[in-house]
Amino acid sequence: MTTVALPAATPRARRGLVERSIMPGFGLTMGFTVFYLSVIVLIPLSAVFITTAGMGFDGFVEVALSQRALYAYRLSFGAAAIAASINAVFGLVVAWVLVRYEFPGKRLVNALVDLPFALPTAVAGIALTALYAPNGWIGAWLAPHGIKVAFQPLGVVVALTFIGLPFVVRTVEPVLADLGPEVEEAAASLGAGRWQTFARVIWPAILPALATGFALAFARAVGEYGSVIFIAGNMPYKSEIAPLLIVMQLEQYNIPGATAIAATMLIASFVLLFAINLLQGWSRRRMAA
Amino acid sequence: MSRSTSTTEPGWMRWLLIALALGFLLLNLALPLAAVFFEAFRKGWDAYVAGIIEPDAIAAMKLTLLVAAIAVPVNIVFGISAAWAITKFEFRFKSLLITLIDLPFSVSPVVSGLVYVLVFGLQGWLGPWLREHDVQIIFAVPGIVLATMFVTFPFVARELIPLMQEQGREDEEAAISLGANGWQTFTRVTLPNIRWGLLYGVLLCNARAMGEFGAVSVVSGHIRGLTNTMPLHIEILYNEYNFVAAFAVATLLAGLALVTLALKTLLEWRYRDQLHVGGH
Repeated sequence: MTTVALPAATPRARRGLVERSIMPGFGLTMGFTVFYLSVIVLIPLSAVFITTAGMGFDGFVEVALSQRALYAYRLSFGAAAIAASINAVFGLVVAWVLVRYEFPGKRLVNALVDLPFALPTAVAGIALTALYAPNGWIGAWLAPHGIKVAFQPLGVVVALTFIGLPFVVRTVEPVLADLGPEVEEAAASLGAGRWQTFARVIWPAILPALATGFALAFARAVGEYGSVIFIAGNMPYKSEIAPLLIVMQLEQYNIPGATAIAATMLIASFVLLFAINLLQGWSRRRMAA
Repeated sequence: MSRSTSTTEPGWMRWLLIALALGFLLLNLALPLAAVFFEAFRKGWDAYVAGIIEPDAIAAMKLTLLVAAIAVPVNIVFGISAAWAITKFEFRFKSLLITLIDLPFSVSPVVSGLVYVLVFGLQGWLGPWLREHDVQIIFAVPGIVLATMFVTFPFVARELIPLMQEQGREDEEAAISLGANGWQTFTRVTLPNIRWGLLYGVLLCNARAMGEFGAVSVVSGHIRGLTNTMPLHIEILYNEYNFVAAFAVATLLAGLALVTLALKTLLEWRYRDQLHVGGH
């Protein structure tokens, strides 16, 4: 979700919406872009808000803020926050190790980090369930200690941790790689210990990227569906995530109900998107400085 | 990379961090991947093959290939055209347009499916008109294709926009001033410059198109042999406690993921300077 950095527009000859250019094809490519964007994304998305607006305020509140829905939001956002925090810690360690150290099999490890981007969520979901079920490789090992993961809220955290890792690693990695050794050498020559150098020099430099990675992992986790539903157990008021509640409403042909919850989720996504844009701006300024 | 002792950690600390990172990746990524293949072959080769050559599984594979064969090329055309408009011209609201192109990545897959139910479903905006003309989109293949287009919408564009931005437009301007027309300029100048980046975007787009679950699940209707893609077929088998068959079909998608990762790594290694490798 990294937004593209664009150079400031050149001030020359900007009378209308478009600057004059000898390049051909603006009408055709721009026309198709706006048409396809509207038909596939914007008009269908607007349907959520227009349908919700038609429900009236009371109808909206009754579904979107019902007891069951509030439990579902709490689980979706709470589990997403825990998973993104776990990923922030381990993602930083993984990025650090990949950028700074040499070890056998590094290229393979580097490729494996992107597995959650490439592996279909349903496959991840059934695989994690098999691992963490009471008779699974990990579940059987945890069961004697009284720890249950599969079919519990904890299972949701496990699934969301799986899908979120690459967001943190791939956001922090380039910033760490860009951090030249000069500043660290300067800190060391001024008598700073390794830990002081990390806390005072490296940490402030990578913090914006780490926060961005956290936010990206969190945003993805809040809306995640496929990897979660197999492992969660899906009990209302307990292990039912918000996207599943939308599906439940749809299966009961309660389209307004599904739409009201979807509108709430969409607003949350837009707020997150805005926050991510601010964080990326902070990150870019920090890198440019 | 050799660093002086003052700018790296003591040896024990390095090995501790490497062990921590590898341990986490093993637990969180490698084990789930291994579990897919282990569960698929738990009852032997014959049970595995039986799960894959079953007619409903074959129908699901065909549908998945068909959906990707429509959604990916359309997104290629869109991605190229959006990148051309955005990087070769200056216009107002450009950053707004880029944000809107990225929008599908921030929408929950379930909501991505729901939006088409609201437009094309029986009670949706176009529902009555579609019924009158006997066109079915929701709970049929067109709905699955649309939902897939939505979730894969940004992949090609977000790879090409930063890449073509970096490359500038001098090459194209030179070709135009030497008398080439727009199409010639695109096929002979731009396309060779962006081909590896384009392939990179297409790889990721295709992986998501074939693996999408949430959005497709909402619009599919789950009709066996007709509107089940491979991920949906896996869900049905799994819910029927037919675990070996579910994991057998899952190995095919896991294989696709591994091939995607291998090609992606190869591209990053071989053509790093001709790609824009960013987050998702």
